[in-house]
Amino acid sequence: MSDLQYKVVVGLEIHVQLCTKSKMFCGCAVEFGAEPNSRVCPVCLGMPGVLPVMNRLAVEYAILAGLALNCRIARRTKWDRKSYYYPDLPKNYQISQYDLPLSAEGYIEIPLDDGRTKKIRITRAHLEEDAGKNLHAEGNYSQVDLNRTGTPLLEIVTEPDMSSAAEVRALAVELQRIVRYLGVSEADMQKGHMRFEPNVNLIITRGGRQYKTPIVEVKNLNSFRSLERSVEYEIGRQIDEFLETGRTLEIGNKSTRGWDDVREITVLQREKEEAHDYRYFPDPDLVPVEVDEAWLAEIQSRLCELPLARQRRFAEEYGLSAYDAGVLTAERETADFFDQAVRAGGEPKRVCNLLTQVGMKLANEKGGGIARLGPSTQAVAELAKMIDDGTVNATAAGTIFAEMVATGKNPAALADELNLVQKSDAGELEAMVDEVLAANAEAVADVRSGGKKAGKARGFLLGQVMQRTKGQANPKVVSEILGKKLG
Amino acid sequence: MKVAKLSRLELTETEVDQFTGQLCAILEYVEKMNELDTADVDPLAHCLPIRNVLRADVPVESLGTQRVLANAPVRDEQFFRVPRILDEGSGA
Ligand SMILES: [Zn+2]
Repeated sequence: MSDLQYKVVVGLEIHVQLCTKSKMFCGCAVEFGAEPNSRVCPVCLGMPGVLPVMNRLAVEYAILAGLALNCRIARRTKWDRKSYYYPDLPKNYQISQYDLPLSAEGYIEIPLDDGRTKKIRITRAHLEEDAGKNLHAEGNYSQVDLNRTGTPLLEIVTEPDMSSAAEVRALAVELQRIVRYLGVSEADMQKGHMRFEPNVNLIITRGGRQYKTPIVEVKNLNSFRSLERSVEYEIGRQIDEFLETGRTLEIGNKSTRGWDDVREITVLQREKEEAHDYRYFPDPDLVPVEVDEAWLAEIQSRLCELPLARQRRFAEEYGLSAYDAGVLTAERETADFFDQAVRAGGEPKRVCNLLTQVGMKLANEKGGGIARLGPSTQAVAELAKMIDDGTVNATAAGTIFAEMVATGKNPAALADELNLVQKSDAGELEAMVDEVLAANAEAVADVRSGGKKAGKARGFLLGQVMQRTKGQANPKVVSEILGKKLG
Repeated sequence: MKVAKLSRLELTETEVDQFTGQLCAILEYVEKMNELDTADVDPLAHCLPIRNVLRADVPVESLGTQRVLANAPVRDEQFFRVPRILDEGSGA
């Protein structure tokens, strides 16, 4: 057992709900939390004689995401019916894309813990419609709500290029950041906007031989945490199973397991991959989609700087730490705000500190992003400049920021009003330093003696001056004056 | 018979015989079409020469819960009521 080594192999299927206002093939509103079965029409119900019509924006969102994932965009694509046997999609099939997905053969670059990045290949990304919701009711029944039926979904399939639970999580987080930057999905986990299905197995080396464990697909994952934990759990479980039974990968022994969020384990759902008989065939109700040069170019023009590129730029161009650059680029609005404040003349590191140490806390308290906090990017840049030129210290700047949010006043006015302007007038401060030196002869002697007490005594004198000015003196200026007088 | 099972159809013995004959005739006909050389023909996804029938993303009025449920065999307040779904494989 001691000579056992293993490599983790994970591919991921992700469903992302696109944030269109109406559904994929009918005009019913997409609305979370609406009265059950209130956003439903004959198309959603699969009534005979209805005609689905494609939502242009959903197609464009899907193409935009495909471009951001470096995919080849199909110039011609079509819709297929996939047999489906649950009541949350009453027409008995799901409209999806089988052999001509909207985009294919791309990659996503994900940040790793050690600061490097890794490219994970994207097999395909296609559009399809979501099913409704089956809820378990009292007794031997289920309740069906069709509000979600027909909501546009982007299904993204990766190659099995991830080799740890952390990488799987990193991909999910990066994908969330990308679709939010693009504005194609709210990607809100709590609302089920992103659902994950990892395919996990191991390549085990023992006694000079290689074994592959059977592939397990894990379902029912709708948080980053459960995604990561389920992969970790599967790794351990598959090692145990291999040691116990020696089972290895064969055709047809892929199984499906569900994630139990309470017990934090995966539970067997289907032992054998049934030869899935989806009976795909082209949907005769829908005509093909052709993406010509002009349309593609127009969609391409909506691409923005992507989060990872921006994170790199913030680190390289502005000298921010990888951590700070990550925090500032987590949400596009925050990153935009930062960029604009820097362009308005704020020193990048000062602006970064103001936003990450003060602004984000205030924004959290208010329940929204920094951009909706109130103060303009110019005002924040101005505040950063006031720290830089010594008008206020960093602590005072925090107080001023909070008051800017509360009152909408500009930082200079608030600094005056709150009496937070640092005294930097050398003449005025010099007189004060003289007084302090006269009153503390012992400390002065300690400094001048240059002994081991010197440093402490110097600090004490500085503190005395600061106290006299009620903390409003610019410590840098006081220090300089002290240095000059004490030699 | 697999087709009947997949389509959730209950058939009598005579019906099975009758439909088996009919389906065989259809399959034979399809077989005949296979004789055609289609190597140079692109697969046809749709029989009409139209494409890109798209609508703007504008929500319109839905039916509303009461009308949606009006034809439901069994309902449970604002929901359709169906036999308990055991397989967790549902969900698109
Ligand atoms: Zn509808």
